[in-house]
Amino acid sequence: MKKLKLSKTLKDNILTYGMVILAYIIMQILIGTGNVSSLMQGLLVPLCVYVILAVSLNLTVGILGELSLGHAGFMCVGAFTGAFFSKCMQDVISIDLLRFILAIIIGAVAAGIIGLLIGMPVLRLRGDYLAIVTLAFGEIIKNIINVLYIGKDNNGFHFSLKDSLSLGLDEGGTVIINGAQGITGTPKDSTFTMGVILIIITLIIVLNLIHSRDGRAIMSIRDNLIAAESIGINITKYKLMAFSISAALAGVAGVLYAHNLSSLMATPKNFGYNMSIMILVFVVLGGIGNMRGSIISAVILTLLPELLRGLSNYRMLIYSIILIAMMLFNWSPKLIQLREKYSLKRLFKKTREVQ
Amino acid sequence: MKKFKKVMSLLLVAAMISLVGCGNSNGSAETGSAETGSAETGSTDDAAGTESDASLAASDGATFKIGAIGPATGGAAVYGIAVQNGADLAIKEINEAGGINGMLIEYNFQDDECDNEKSVNAYNTLKDWGMQMLVGTTTSGCCIAVAAESSNDNMFQITPSGSSVDIINNTDNVYQVCFTDPNQGVGAAQYIGENAVAENVAVIYDSSDVYSSGIYEKFVQEAANQPFEIVSAEAFTADNKTDFSVQLQKAKDAGAELVFLPIYYTEASLILTQANAMDYAPKFFGCDGLDGILNVENFDTALAEGVMLLTPFAADAEDEATKSFVSAYVAAYGETPNQFAADAYDAVYILKAAIEKSGATPSDSVSDICEKLKGAMSEITVDGLTGEAMSWDADGAVNKAPKAMEIVNGNYSLIQ
Repeated sequence: MKKLKLSKTLKDNILTYGMVILAYIIMQILIGTGNVSSLMQGLLVPLCVYVILAVSLNLTVGILGELSLGHAGFMCVGAFTGAFFSKCMQDVISIDLLRFILAIIIGAVAAGIIGLLIGMPVLRLRGDYLAIVTLAFGEIIKNIINVLYIGKDNNGFHFSLKDSLSLGLDEGGTVIINGAQGITGTPKDSTFTMGVILIIITLIIVLNLIHSRDGRAIMSIRDNLIAAESIGINITKYKLMAFSISAALAGVAGVLYAHNLSSLMATPKNFGYNMSIMILVFVVLGGIGNMRGSIISAVILTLLPELLRGLSNYRMLIYSIILIAMMLFNWSPKLIQLREKYSLKRLFKKTREVQ
Repeated sequence: MKKFKKVMSLLLVAAMISLVGCGNSNGSAETGSAETGSAETGSTDDAAGTESDASLAASDGATFKIGAIGPATGGAAVYGIAVQNGADLAIKEINEAGGINGMLIEYNFQDDECDNEKSVNAYNTLKDWGMQMLVGTTTSGCCIAVAAESSNDNMFQITPSGSSVDIINNTDNVYQVCFTDPNQGVGAAQYIGENAVAENVAVIYDSSDVYSSGIYEKFVQEAANQPFEIVSAEAFTADNKTDFSVQLQKAKDAGAELVFLPIYYTEASLILTQANAMDYAPKFFGCDGLDGILNVENFDTALAEGVMLLTPFAADAEDEATKSFVSAYVAAYGETPNQFAADAYDAVYILKAAIEKSGATPSDSVSDICEKLKGAMSEITVDGLTGEAMSWDADGAVNKAPKAMEIVNGNYSLIQ
């Protein structure tokens, strides 16, 4: 009996990994045979970014059971530290892949540290405080970056919070982060292959964490805090662990995002509150605590507005209506009942047990 | 009862979806025609097909495919829609007059929501559609991202209103219709200095906006060489742009006689109103973003009296070209065109001039067209709505004389 259960987890994981790898292989074959439009090719890396974001937020929301409304803020930290590193090292490290991997590590560490700093005071509290603080954090980080000016010349780095003129750069010095104008000219290192590799690494980290001893401790905190405390689980430690890992993975997604576009700016559109909510929508729609669902919903919801382009000005309206319909279909209790009654009942039961 | 409600809500959602489904066909038909320049163009297309079989046969009935990108939804939609309509109008006119070298133009506009990532998606969509030349993008930030892509593909790009220097710095396939931000900042500083408009100058700018902070920096740099002094420089950001009393109070306390506003007109109208409320009446000076201030709703235009601005286009100008453009635009889209519409309109005519000069044909590859047009751009001069005798450097920046306007009796009037 025990053996059977274990293999079910394994099967479930293999299904998740397999889905990603299969999608990758299919896309590669299609690209190889020239059947993919340039729109689709341009969307591949953003898709990877959103999948990583959705999976990492699911760790906080689904496994840890805390609401985070500032996931885009961590992405922003990762994006800017990663892009900053790449911009500085563009001439020093000539191997693109090595530089990119270092940038990813730096972005992840920076976002992870920020996550740790935010989590340390907040995760000791009980209630909705994490949601409040992360909401503020997302806005604060965006505004800080909008007034941050960093330049580089022969004397080293110059910082300013006023404008790029007060940096006092020498002749030949370059402004790297130019306030609201952000970083321009980041090397375009992100590729679909790299994105898929990062998705798989994210999945390995998250899935292994969930199924480890630590993961069970984290889930016990989610299910009943007092019971978990009573059996000697260090609540703050495990909460911090899950939250900072989630933040670090968001940082990875940020680095991938930053290296896909040549201009990186912290606008309300890409790192603002709306983006955080968007990621939360991926998670809720895909199923809280369900990694595979997060991947699928992130892909569908990112593709949808682009596939609806043919409808021109109506597309955002239709997008929102489809979103409402999908939410109802997935989460309305009556509909769930209906689905269980009429659709492939057995299949449902099977997957249910696994989860 | 509860059950009934649930069933009803489900039915409603289903009905909405099906409605949308019905709407789709209408919608796409509508937009389809709008994108290719409305049904008129379609019919002229046919007409031209039958009338001038010979010329079309010579070019295999091919058409130039011009794409445009801008925000049609979201906060910056005003600018994107203006560009969409301005380019649309120019293309309709060209098609009605028989096209470029006898070849008609197909037009497709894509929304980018003023987001860099979406802008690249829009660019890729247009590429799938078969775009050969790009009029866009509308906003500077997006334009930097798209310029990097178009430079990879060697796609000819002319931006009506993307004014940042980063757009043309690293690329040789991108050209601008508007002035670069530094040009505007330097131009404004020189104008104030040379004409001795004021001695103490205050600046209020939007630090979260590329356009505004770009002008501000160059203005400050150039001000060092000019006989006036900047006594206060205060910033605001996109998140708090409704109350400017602090910035105005600082300018007032510093004794500024002139307030330089390198910002867009919506915020400027608030600044003017709030300055009036605190009995502060300096001279106000702005750049092309201030164009449109007279059309702000619920804004007392008497307050704008005496405001000076450097702008390439004024809808109330008296020359023949502007008059016919404005009347055609109002007839087609029901609103007065702003500077963005005029820039886009010019951009299409600049494309036309460059194509005629270079002899590019639709059967050339995208890269060939780009090479030909690049050669032609340095040779042509175009008289447009936004400037006379416009010419271009090899790097893509436009050379034209800035026009200084002053608002007199509720109208823009040119200062000589």
